[in-house]
Amino acid sequence: MEIIRIVALGLLTMVFYVILKERKEEFSIQLGLAFAALVFILMMGKIESILQVFEDLALQANVNMFYLNTIFKIIGIAYIAEFGSQICKDAGSSSIAGKIEFAAKILIMVLAIPIIVAILEIIVKLIP
Amino acid sequence: MDVSIIFKIAGIGILTAVLHSVLKSFGKEDQAHLATLAGVTIVLFMVVQLLASLFDYVRSVFSLY
Repeated sequence: MEIIRIVALGLLTMVFYVILKERKEEFSIQLGLAFAALVFILMMGKIESILQVFEDLALQANVNMFYLNTIFKIIGIAYIAEFGSQICKDAGSSSIAGKIEFAAKILIMVLAIPIIVAILEIIVKLIP
Repeated sequence: MDVSIIFKIAGIGILTAVLHSVLKSFGKEDQAHLATLAGVTIVLFMVVQLLASLFDYVRSVFSLY
């Protein structure tokens, strides 16, 4: 079971985190960073297989691959930005976390604009 | 999965904390701070390598370029 390994590792990391937080704050932050990266790397294989299933379904349904790739990119940006902003919040600098989230929102908007434009064009065509 | 990096970071952190307090009790404040800096740099080196591998992985999975 994967979840048992992750929970065990998380509890272990929490113990070290609490020990280090009182004496050396900088090490506890790096410990949290390393743990988050490990969990992300562990989960990325599963996410890859999920995305593979979606890609196959889209191929069968003849969906334009451009739209699907855009959605994948948006999901990736959201995951990475969440990762970074949570680490920054843990370290106590929520303003930097806010900037990361702001940049992620703008980048997602930029990626989403072609889809929005396509929808608007379809609507305009439908309206006589 | 390479779990050992967690133990390495925790070990270096505890060792550095002990070293810091020992050097401080001997009255060598500068060297205590230098030891802390060295520990942070070593840990940062490992964490940055882990992060680079994570970002490469995410980039290849989500086809972000």
